[in-house]
Amino acid sequence: MSLPSGTASGTAPADLVQAPDVGGAAQPLLTVRGLTKHFPLRPGLLGRGTGTVQAVDGVSFDIRKGETLGLVGESGCGKSTASRMLMALLEPTAGELVFDGQAIGHGGLSLKEYRRQVQMVFQDSYASLNPRLTVGDSIAFAPQVHGLPRRRAVVRAEELLDAVGLDPAQFAARYPHELSGGQRQRINIARALALHPRLLILDEPVSALDKSVEAQVLNLLLDLKAQFGLTHLFISHDLNVVQYVSDRVLVMYLGRIAEVGPVEAIYAQAAHPYTVALLDSRPSMDPARRRTEPPLSGDPPNPVNPPSGCRFRTRCAHVEPVCGEAAPPLTAAGPGHFAACMMVQAGSGHSLARAA
Amino acid sequence: MTAPLVRVRDLHVRFVSKDATVQAVNGVDFDLMPRETLCILGESGSGKSVTLRALMRLNPPRRTVMTGTVMVGGHDMVAVPEALLPNIRGSVVSMIFQEPMTALDPVFTVGTQIRETIRRHEGVSGAEAGRRALELLELVQIPSAKRRLGAYPHELSGGLRQRAMIAIALSCRPKVLLADEPTTALDATVQIQILLLLRRLQAEMGLGVVFVTHDLGVAGEVADRVAVMYAGRFIEEGPVGALMREPLHPYAQGLLGATVHAGVRGRRLVTIPGAPPDIRDLPPGCAFAPRCRVVEPVCLATVPEARVPVPGRAARCVRVMDQVQGQVQEVAA
Repeated sequence: MSLPSGTASGTAPADLVQAPDVGGAAQPLLTVRGLTKHFPLRPGLLGRGTGTVQAVDGVSFDIRKGETLGLVGESGCGKSTASRMLMALLEPTAGELVFDGQAIGHGGLSLKEYRRQVQMVFQDSYASLNPRLTVGDSIAFAPQVHGLPRRRAVVRAEELLDAVGLDPAQFAARYPHELSGGQRQRINIARALALHPRLLILDEPVSALDKSVEAQVLNLLLDLKAQFGLTHLFISHDLNVVQYVSDRVLVMYLGRIAEVGPVEAIYAQAAHPYTVALLDSRPSMDPARRRTEPPLSGDPPNPVNPPSGCRFRTRCAHVEPVCGEAAPPLTAAGPGHFAACMMVQAGSGHSLARAA
Repeated sequence: MTAPLVRVRDLHVRFVSKDATVQAVNGVDFDLMPRETLCILGESGSGKSVTLRALMRLNPPRRTVMTGTVMVGGHDMVAVPEALLPNIRGSVVSMIFQEPMTALDPVFTVGTQIRETIRRHEGVSGAEAGRRALELLELVQIPSAKRRLGAYPHELSGGLRQRAMIAIALSCRPKVLLADEPTTALDATVQIQILLLLRRLQAEMGLGVVFVTHDLGVAGEVADRVAVMYAGRFIEEGPVGALMREPLHPYAQGLLGATVHAGVRGRRLVTIPGAPPDIRDLPPGCAFAPRCRVVEPVCLATVPEARVPVPGRAARCVRVMDQVQGQVQEVAA
């Protein structure tokens, strides 16, 4: 476990409390502008195979205060890379993050202070805990890094264990391998809350859990969000779970935003053909309404050499020559609802688009 | 009436080691008819994969104690000598797995792996096996099949790898196909393609399919009948529509209630309290009793027998008969 290196002045807070709201309710909690991450590929034998993986390519969005923003997409769409850049675990190739009106680094909010306000819960509940620390020590670790005396940090850990529904007397001294998957994920949530963050990034937090445990953890996340005044970025490939937890939904495809909007609009009137296909791919629990044709054929293409123009055009049923010419910009499809599709953009030259 | 393809009676599978005996499967009975798909639905540790592997006797031979009757396509899988198993596996019953990357051999091309299987079982010439391999890749709808025969598993996408594995599993025309969560590792838009492909192949080839999954949506999409497994027992079994609409067993009710679907937004999710029991040390009574909302003293004494409230449905719960009789009385009154 590595200690975050403090770039702040080093003065310990008297007690850890949630940082105050600086910008007011209208200021987005996190503004992401032009976020880009290209991973260069090392040249292989004989100098072949060079190129870059365009994992995230010019992504811009806001996370509003108090909301849950759902982020969905298939493997390779860049949702995990994006989340790691938001957490400042990966250095972006380009782009900027603004947290509650303050830039991060370079004279703005220090990285240490930013990480105190933004915490993350990962999919693999076992790999994300130190196997040699008791879960109580794991939860108490970060508050001590941020200057809380050990005794107070232990008390804080016990409060948090209680908050996530685990009896501190019974669980604080246990090691991660002595817990079930659902219990470990509760520990990860408690640890993420230990610094009184304002934004929680949840990267597939329930995907590895059984259904009956998934429901318990989702209920817990909703309770804690209300109790601690949190904002959530909820990343998942499960469209039913995203619909349940989110206020707004952002759909990514091959490193770009395909569509973003209020959850009702996305699920009832999706504007991007990829979103429509993704929603239609959900298996139906009702055997009387089985699908007969798959909505899409093939797998998502390789992000090493993405298609030119609209990246979805190789799998799209409505593709026209204009789709290959330029990347469609995010265009309004309704109140707060945007889609990056030539059919939505008036006057784009697509036969199904409105005239300009 | 046609004979069932698979007939399982009182199947018990225990894993024995120095430290503990794990009772993975504790008395499972079912029949699978030709052209029928049975989905075994359960959470991790419920014994669903062990049951599936027992049908091919794939559980580790030294540590596994298997008792009961397992007849697959007329072969007794409990008693058949080890030396004869390779003739049964592949040509009578075959299996597809969750992770095609680990189930395929990374150092041989897909074409080589299919040809090898066909030649081992049917003793045909290399050219004939090659022709069949191409047919199989076309059958599972792999685009540019001829070129893909020469591809190594790592050169294929997840969906194509799973299609290649299905091609190998079907290469010797089995009667029974076993599928162990074959779409869990796939993306949503690819998962539905594979499910539809399996459904089409099953109908065309007249296969009996046993499909293990933890996903109710997948079961709803492919199953004719569903069996819900808990702590090594089928706690409920029935036709997919009836079971999904109106589950009888409190665990099945909880599982359906806990599953997030489109209609639950804004409502608190129903949960099943607690966690599944330790299968090294099962309680003497109903294994679900410690988590059950409607537990009665009788539940703790002995394991409830399977009760049949209507033909074709069964549940191991002492309350099941009562509920249905109660409904009948209400209707009569």
